[in-house]
Amino acid sequence: MSAGERLRVVGQSVPRIDALEKVTGRARYVTDLELPGMLYAALLRSPWAHARIVRIDAAAARALPGVRAVVTGADLTWCDPYFGPAFRDRPILAIDVVRYEGEPVAAVVAEDAEVAARALALVEVEYEEQPAVTTLEEALAPGAPLVHTSEPPAGHFADLSSLRPVPGTNICHQFHFERGRGHAAFAEADLTLEDAYSFPRVQHYSLEPHAALAAWDDQGGLTVWASTQNPYSVRVELSKMFREPLSRVRIVVPFLGGGFGGKTYAKLEPIVGALARITDRPVRLALSAEEAFRTVRRCDARVRVRLGLRADGLLLAAECHADFDLGAYADIGPRIIQKGTYTATGPYRVPHVVLHSNAVYTNTTPGGAFRGFGVPQLAWAFESLLDEAAARLGRDPVDVRRQNLLAHGEEYVPGDTPIDGKFEESLNRAAAAIGWTQAARPGRGRGIAMMMKASIGPTVSEAIVRLHADGSVTVLASTVEMGQGARTVMAQIAAEVLAVPVARVTVATPDTAITPYDQTTSSSRSTTMMGRAVYEAAEDVRGQLLRVAAALLKTPAHHLRVEDGAVVGRRARVPYPALLQERFGMGGGELIGRGIVAPGRSAAPLGGSTPFWEMAVGAAEIQLDEETGAITVEDYVSVADVGRCINPLQCEGQDEGAVMQGLGHTLFEEMLYERGQLLNANLVDYRVPRAEDLPARLRCEFVENGDGCGPFGAKGAGEGSLVPVSPAVGNALARLAGVRLRDLPLTPERVWRALRARAAGQSQGA
Amino acid sequence: MPDTRTPSSFSITLSVNGRAVALDVPAHALLLDVLRDRLGLKGAKRSCDVQVCGACTVLVAGAPVSACTYLAVEADGLDVLTVEGLGSGERLDPLQEAFIEHGAVQCGFCTSGMLVAAKALLAEEPAPAPERVVHHLRGNLCRCTGYRKVVEAVVACGRASGERP
Repeated sequence: MSAGERLRVVGQSVPRIDALEKVTGRARYVTDLELPGMLYAALLRSPWAHARIVRIDAAAARALPGVRAVVTGADLTWCDPYFGPAFRDRPILAIDVVRYEGEPVAAVVAEDAEVAARALALVEVEYEEQPAVTTLEEALAPGAPLVHTSEPPAGHFADLSSLRPVPGTNICHQFHFERGRGHAAFAEADLTLEDAYSFPRVQHYSLEPHAALAAWDDQGGLTVWASTQNPYSVRVELSKMFREPLSRVRIVVPFLGGGFGGKTYAKLEPIVGALARITDRPVRLALSAEEAFRTVRRCDARVRVRLGLRADGLLLAAECHADFDLGAYADIGPRIIQKGTYTATGPYRVPHVVLHSNAVYTNTTPGGAFRGFGVPQLAWAFESLLDEAAARLGRDPVDVRRQNLLAHGEEYVPGDTPIDGKFEESLNRAAAAIGWTQAARPGRGRGIAMMMKASIGPTVSEAIVRLHADGSVTVLASTVEMGQGARTVMAQIAAEVLAVPVARVTVATPDTAITPYDQTTSSSRSTTMMGRAVYEAAEDVRGQLLRVAAALLKTPAHHLRVEDGAVVGRRARVPYPALLQERFGMGGGELIGRGIVAPGRSAAPLGGSTPFWEMAVGAAEIQLDEETGAITVEDYVSVADVGRCINPLQCEGQDEGAVMQGLGHTLFEEMLYERGQLLNANLVDYRVPRAEDLPARLRCEFVENGDGCGPFGAKGAGEGSLVPVSPAVGNALARLAGVRLRDLPLTPERVWRALRARAAGQSQGA
Repeated sequence: MPDTRTPSSFSITLSVNGRAVALDVPAHALLLDVLRDRLGLKGAKRSCDVQVCGACTVLVAGAPVSACTYLAVEADGLDVLTVEGLGSGERLDPLQEAFIEHGAVQCGFCTSGMLVAAKALLAEEPAPAPERVVHHLRGNLCRCTGYRKVVEAVVACGRASGERP
């Protein structure tokens, strides 16, 4: 398409193409699928945080009628039983040792789910308990018990090829980054301040717990229907584990009932693949919500930040040290600590920087990707301390931020992508919307915070667009529809380029046997990267249409355009079906377009330049009940710079959801452990936001300058708006009540204790 | 064929989405499993298992229940409405239309339960205020939308019904 053409579909809030299926209950998720002869699997989980497995006796379970197999780690000698994208450190089932409470120890496969559950109770396991570490403090203490005693081999992630563990400790990877004169620069600062913050373990709680269904057949190999966000990563894992070529491993992904990062990388696919092989029958495993708590979570972190500023508010130097708790297995944790730490200083120009982070094993549920990918942990610390610095300098926190913002086109780090949006515009919009310069109502306080996050690089997305004989279109893309509306966005892009109604476009279900390679549905990358691939594939088809029409009409192609399902010239209009008839000489055949987006590696510190920067601002107005310490968020404004909204209603939906998810870990969410036991692995004791927690006002706005690298100037959204929530609320609390909390969540008890301590301090001072 | 029914099996008759159904079910069978596995109605979803999330919400005799913790035998002789029973034929219920129009659907896993729960509210109170909708939907969790558009859809549907003749 040429610049300046009026857009028909892109930029419109067209209804989701999957909405009808979803409001009628017809949308199918993995747990809705059944295959003939399908068996049901259930997992026996460790009651101990750390123990040696002395003996497993499964005889009674095996003898139960209806049980087809009971499998333990010792039975998995015929495959490579270890997996993991960073380190191959996670066994399908525990081998000799369990490393967290809830780790799968044995699997039962039975004719129905009820028999499987009964058989689990008959498996006897004798454990020898070992000392465990369930907090960062314990895991990093000198002489701490080791979660892993040997270094596991590296996984398949290219940019993690240089993993840096510290032998003899629980640190499995470190990230270090320096710019400018480092520590020495603090000597030039007029104000230096330092503080430590913590971010809790949080559960994704996708409404749909993880599920997978596997079947082997002689011809095709292994097929797994999986609730995964990245079928192609899962395919690599299974190919290695089961020693099958990639072509004989097929991953199909129906709708996901939410992902939020918790369904990235292999989770249940290895175990169902193994069980289906052992029983020679299709096997389905569907976790309960309680089990999802024992499958993956957000990495908790403690972060120490030191800031050096000039008296006029200019940022000079920053030092951040972060310890991330990866739990018992690394999953993608090493990458999380890199990415989160890399942008620790947010969207600000800081000439002298020292950043260091450690990825630390503990005997808890493995930590993994979760919306924000390490950035929320760092932003909570940095944005809180930046507000403190502004207060110490007697400056307005919005002004101090404005003064230090990176400009459009400025390099964050040499070799990485220059800043591709306008932070100041976002900040001004958010400040204006919340009424920053006007006095808040009595009893109300306001806070503001910002974020910046790299997407993923190097990265690859490939797409195929097919124009059928009747002029309808199929998009083949492996982007997973997990609620974010990706299928609708892809349909809009193809419909725009090919000038057909969205209803004429079908977006195929991701299937590694059919839909081409895509790295992952995460990192807010799909609209940008897969969107570009779909755009290019549709452009390829459009070019073919124009060439066929040019020959037919004896008119140069550049005098032709597509419009309403036809190629249109000055005097003629030929509908697509007629052009395909012309091209193939019969009423069949189709035009196939390809789109490949692969920016490749670069000299940027993370191994590839980020395709775009995700950027957002949050402004909160809160009310505080001083009697109880309860915070109510009355008004919240989110402003995200997304380049362009392909579908404004969906962008709003993404960010409203992100803000509410952010309010969860800000106000009440935390997975609690005691003596290695997870105490609140259920939705009664673990509280996620409800409709009643919706702020009285919630506004999600967008900066659209068309300057993104994605199709039509779009770029990524969806993660960013979650990040500023905690510091915006924490900053509002500090400004309202004069108490600075450093540990999330900001529970009434914590706030109340801080208020009491403040009152005690005041009465002492008086 | 041997009689495989255990002594604790019961014969029940239900009206599910307006159609009479007769079944033998064990005493401990959950309504959710009967709907999903015996009747093939997969719209109601299993999620939290403890009556908190509302993904499994169906109406029994017009009242919302969590089918994940509701015994099938308790529904004997009663009307059960699931998401599949909303609307008539190919015509969507106005509530379903409102969910689509207002962007109240994302991953869809909570949607069936949300719709059915909201349907019960609208039957009781045709044009509820936003606060009433928020309160009524406290038993339906959604991790995607942040609820605002869900509330908006229900309120708008109520208002529109007041305007319809």
